[in-house]
Amino acid sequence: MNLHEYQARDILRKHGIPVPPGEVATAPAEARAIAERFGGKVVVKAQVHAGGRGKAGGVKLAKSAAEAEAHAKAILGMTIKGLTVQKVLVAPAAEIATESYVGIIVDRASQRPVLMVSPAGGIDIEEVAAKTPEKIHRRAVDPRYGLLPHQALTLGFALYRDVKQARAAADLMQKLYSVVYAVGASLAEINPLVTTPDGTVQALDAKIVIDDNELERRPEIAALRDISAEAPEEVAAREAGLTFIKLDGDVGCCVNGAGLAMATMDLVKYYGGEPANFLDIGGSSNPQKVVAALRIITSDPRVKVILFNIFGGITRGDDVANGIVQATKEFPLKVPIVIRLTGTNEQEGIAILERAGFSALTDMDEAVKQAVAKTKGKAA
Amino acid sequence: MSVFINKDTRLVVQGITGRDGSFHAKQMIEYGTKVVAGVTPGKGGQQFEGAVPVFNTVAEAVHATQANTSVIYVPAAVAASAIFEAADSGIGLIICITEGIPVLDMTRALPFVHERGARLIGPNCPGLISPGKSKVGIIPGNICKPGKIGVVSRSGTLTYEIIHQLSTHGMGQSTCVGIGGDPLIGTNFIHCLSAFEADPETAAMVMIGEIGGTDEQQAAEFVKEKVKKPVVGFIAGQTAPPGRRMGHAGAIISGSSGTAAEKMAALAKAGISVMKRPADVVPLLKERL
Repeated sequence: MNLHEYQARDILRKHGIPVPPGEVATAPAEARAIAERFGGKVVVKAQVHAGGRGKAGGVKLAKSAAEAEAHAKAILGMTIKGLTVQKVLVAPAAEIATESYVGIIVDRASQRPVLMVSPAGGIDIEEVAAKTPEKIHRRAVDPRYGLLPHQALTLGFALYRDVKQARAAADLMQKLYSVVYAVGASLAEINPLVTTPDGTVQALDAKIVIDDNELERRPEIAALRDISAEAPEEVAAREAGLTFIKLDGDVGCCVNGAGLAMATMDLVKYYGGEPANFLDIGGSSNPQKVVAALRIITSDPRVKVILFNIFGGITRGDDVANGIVQATKEFPLKVPIVIRLTGTNEQEGIAILERAGFSALTDMDEAVKQAVAKTKGKAA
Repeated sequence: MSVFINKDTRLVVQGITGRDGSFHAKQMIEYGTKVVAGVTPGKGGQQFEGAVPVFNTVAEAVHATQANTSVIYVPAAVAASAIFEAADSGIGLIICITEGIPVLDMTRALPFVHERGARLIGPNCPGLISPGKSKVGIIPGNICKPGKIGVVSRSGTLTYEIIHQLSTHGMGQSTCVGIGGDPLIGTNFIHCLSAFEADPETAAMVMIGEIGGTDEQQAAEFVKEKVKKPVVGFIAGQTAPPGRRMGHAGAIISGSSGTAAEKMAALAKAGISVMKRPADVVPLLKERL
């Protein structure tokens, strides 16, 4: 789960990390009032779960409260990478002397949290990593001892020559490390970490991604989810216990298991089609999940055919078949459906489908070929 | 011989009285796996299916039954704790089926397991099966056949698809291992490929990877240098949408190396025959054997 910048800043502040002030507005007049409180010179920043918002025009400097209102009016409601901006953060325009980068991610290779810092922070940090990797300093942390003071200070000196600033950065890194375990983050990032002309070190912008598996035991973090900032089909899928990602094609896919779902999409492409989505109904799926899946897939007007690919293990063929039959009773399907069903309770599942007037295949390639043919208006 | 499990595997099922644990314990017993004990705190002293003693702790189960392998079906919130307990009780091989364990829990459990000299397979995996000998986990026994192909995979149902392709074309398996789809796992491709290379009953290997991370590339390097037996590979996610990454740090740490195209190229460069679709597995193996 992604947090908004303002939510991430609140978390950092609560853990003692120096963060400049800022407030959230949902209307232009509100942005103006906040800007007036901050003395007029502010930055207005779109709060949206998409990277590159600065380059998309979602971050603007204002010299006066009136200008802040105008910027907020332009930014609120704008679309960045398919997501509508509903909130802006209004913060005093900071005077910046230097920009650095500090981030913590759980690294698959070392199987540890890794701290990464670079004196070359700001929006082009990825380019820095690609072109001048020597400017990125890393330290894998042993979770039994946490980030030790000398490790943090070494990284602090990689950012600043001044011992006071290096110590401030080291202190901030240790606090950021404790934030990761306190909120269940899979990523916590400060970019940029700035120094002001008077030399103080501050976290100007923050990004935190929460491991979805942490949400059940952290209701206070789960409550931060902003459903209005997410694609509606993905919200519906999550509430039904499904994993769904929208794509641009016309073959609506419904599969059990993420690996098989990806392989099915790949096979659609292999036979000349384009998948409309990734959808994993997961294990032990009950008929209700299948109904929800069909509702989500058919809500996309571009879908020309629905393709089921089920290899029963924990998932039972009869459950899936019952779900399909039940769904077509609740809402008529306007597009053809191709079903591949094999594995656990295959015979029972196929019998249920046949009684309801559907047919089912047992071979994956054959099913995908037929589905792709139907999008091109041909009989397979 | 087979890899990791065999006829001498003595299994304790953690969470044996739960919904998933009881269902799969029965399936494993039917398959012929020696299920010697179960563990559910508070249910010690009971008998599962009138035949398997249930204990309150793994340590008691090990002491009473000499269990040497454990399989975990407990809920995600307590699964890391079950891994710690198994390793602390002297279990040498721990298979964690549970899905949804927080990654930060695994950053603490994995070093603990390693220090005690145990091997963890998973979490979030279907387990493993040596057809005709033993099955630990949830891979359906009826789709497998005994034979000479070693299968290692990050996926669940996609593994079944590949095994199904092999079995229906008369290519049996020595052992099939699902290593799990989580970012932090106890046993990786290299561990499995190296075990298959050393196993006299395995003639060729199939590795099934997917997008994300760089495990497949490292495995390809390993194959190039250390593996003499033929290897056939598949990478799922060629059409997965790009740009679904985790902030800058994700891009920095993996660069462009997590894509399917990059991984397929690495596999091919190491001399691994790369499938374009699951149905290619049989023809490619026949070509190499």
